[in-house]
Amino acid sequence: MVAELSADLGVQRGGFALDLELEITGGEVVALLGPNGAGKSTALRALAGLLPITSGQISVGGRLVADAAADIHRAPHERPVGVVFQDYLLFPHLTVLDNVAFGPIVRGLNKAEARQRAASLLARVGIADLAKSKPSAISGGQAQRVALARALATEPRLLLLDEPLAALDAKTHLLVRGEVRRHLADFSGATLLVTHDPIDASVLADRLIVIEHGRVVQQGTPQEVARRPRTDYVARLVGLNLLAGTGRGHRVLLPSGGSVELAEPVSGDVYVAFRPAAVSLFVQRPDGTPRNMWAGSIAALEPHGEGVRVEIAEVPDRRSSILAEITPSAVADLGLRLGSEVWAAVKASDIEVYSSSAADL
Amino acid sequence: MPSPDSKPAHVGAKPATQRAAATRATERPWQGRIPLLLAVPAAVALLFLLLPLAGLVIRAPWTEARTVLAGAGALQALKLSLITATVSVIIVLLVGVPLAWILARPNLRAASLLRALITIPLVLPPVVGGVALFTVLGRTGLIGRPLYRLTGFAFPFTPYAVILAQVFVALPFLVLSVEGALRASDRRYEEAASTLGARPVTIIRRITLPLIGPGIAAGAVLAWARALGEFGATITFAGNFPGTTRTMPLEVYLALETDPGSALLLSVLLLGVSVAVLALLRERWVSRW
Repeated sequence: MVAELSADLGVQRGGFALDLELEITGGEVVALLGPNGAGKSTALRALAGLLPITSGQISVGGRLVADAAADIHRAPHERPVGVVFQDYLLFPHLTVLDNVAFGPIVRGLNKAEARQRAASLLARVGIADLAKSKPSAISGGQAQRVALARALATEPRLLLLDEPLAALDAKTHLLVRGEVRRHLADFSGATLLVTHDPIDASVLADRLIVIEHGRVVQQGTPQEVARRPRTDYVARLVGLNLLAGTGRGHRVLLPSGGSVELAEPVSGDVYVAFRPAAVSLFVQRPDGTPRNMWAGSIAALEPHGEGVRVEIAEVPDRRSSILAEITPSAVADLGLRLGSEVWAAVKASDIEVYSSSAADL
Repeated sequence: MPSPDSKPAHVGAKPATQRAAATRATERPWQGRIPLLLAVPAAVALLFLLLPLAGLVIRAPWTEARTVLAGAGALQALKLSLITATVSVIIVLLVGVPLAWILARPNLRAASLLRALITIPLVLPPVVGGVALFTVLGRTGLIGRPLYRLTGFAFPFTPYAVILAQVFVALPFLVLSVEGALRASDRRYEEAASTLGARPVTIIRRITLPLIGPGIAAGAVLAWARALGEFGATITFAGNFPGTTRTMPLEVYLALETDPGSALLLSVLLLGVSVAVLALLRERWVSRW
């Protein structure tokens, strides 16, 4: 299948450099995930044509829209690209219907047909009754739907969504996420979604691309990324403990001295990942058989869902820390406080090990 | 002398009420009493602004209204004023909005210098403005002389001169007002419009101008009011000819010397027209969304 979006994005701005290759096929939804300042918005603006690229090229729907070497930079209005902005940017002086009809009209469709298309799109996103309202009179969830309908009204080949759910409250968020997923499934073009929420990304996207400092640090299906994080940022996002080291038989040696015992032998540079819930805590060294047993002190205690997240410092070596997740009653039973000395145990069978070589990226 | 046992009760009650008042004040800090330090000067300012207007209305010889207003001079002056002020505002809009546009560009280096230059007519005594216009556009002026030689036309003593004088004094009001509106507006709406396929000209026409509409309207009202009241530059540059350059303010000034009663009535009329236009435009534009 030929890619709807094929881009080699290079943007150099001051001290920041974005270098990102993207291929998205029709119907595919890709989430661009990363911390603040990673370059997500820069990538989105460059694809939309709101920011010139300084190297590389962009093709959308088989048409070259930007080529830095040839100094081609098509303006946003000359690209088959639709954008849903984070705060929607619905035109406050136009009705909901005219907001959606705006794109088709300025692209040359006659007014009656444009309004008709807008009305049917509004019906598709379930807000036909709001057509005559002004954006100031509708809720955040409704505005999100209008913004999506408006972006789809121009029949783009590439749809860009900038933090599409970030402005919504928790309840609406869940509801709208399901709807957006449904509408994206109907969309035949390529979709790129920018988000910092790993759950939104997993629910909405077929593929995740994680960027940090303007570069791709990991990509894959949501399941792959969630199981095998490759950076501390991703590990924190998906809620896993992540350690990097070198495999030596049934053991991974950590750079500053500690080690992790494994169920299977490994070799080469590897990552070690395990869930906080797989970590058990003891006040005294237990007699049992867990392969990994480390002594440390508690650096943080905070509620997390129905349990308590405990950060244990200087475990498994002096330069790392791990998270354990235990029940509030266990915290009380063990009498855990900040600074308490504890033993942390992890079964070898609960540990996921995978190669960290860049070739596997 | 009060009985000794009643005294403690009285003394004890006072701190309790003070405490209650203090609690209330901290709960709703902006609903407390207005401090005298602010209230007195504020009242003085308000009186100073409104008292002369009230005096105007009270002292006007209403019984003579019919004869004065029906007089040829007053109607002629009012008509001239309304026409010239309106034409001036149209010109001001046509050239002022684009100027404000350029000034509001975020990467314009000379913006602050330009803004300072534009502010000069705002703070210049209008008479000086009139003299300045005369030196350039008068019959012997820098541009006026060649113009007169070529076409036989000279601005002074024509309604065109009245309009030029009004444009000169009113333009800065509109430019600064529109520029402020442009700076305050969210330029990302323009980006959104461009991703939807709108060309730059379409964006200006369909997004930016409607969005800054209230700012343009406010600027236009200010400019119109300034043009309507223009006196110094008009009398200096355009002269004082009934029917062609004698606007309402000039008429009022002349009447004050010969017939103070009619000056009062003309002033009230001018006041009424200004207030009416202001009220009309507020309804129409200021609360549009």
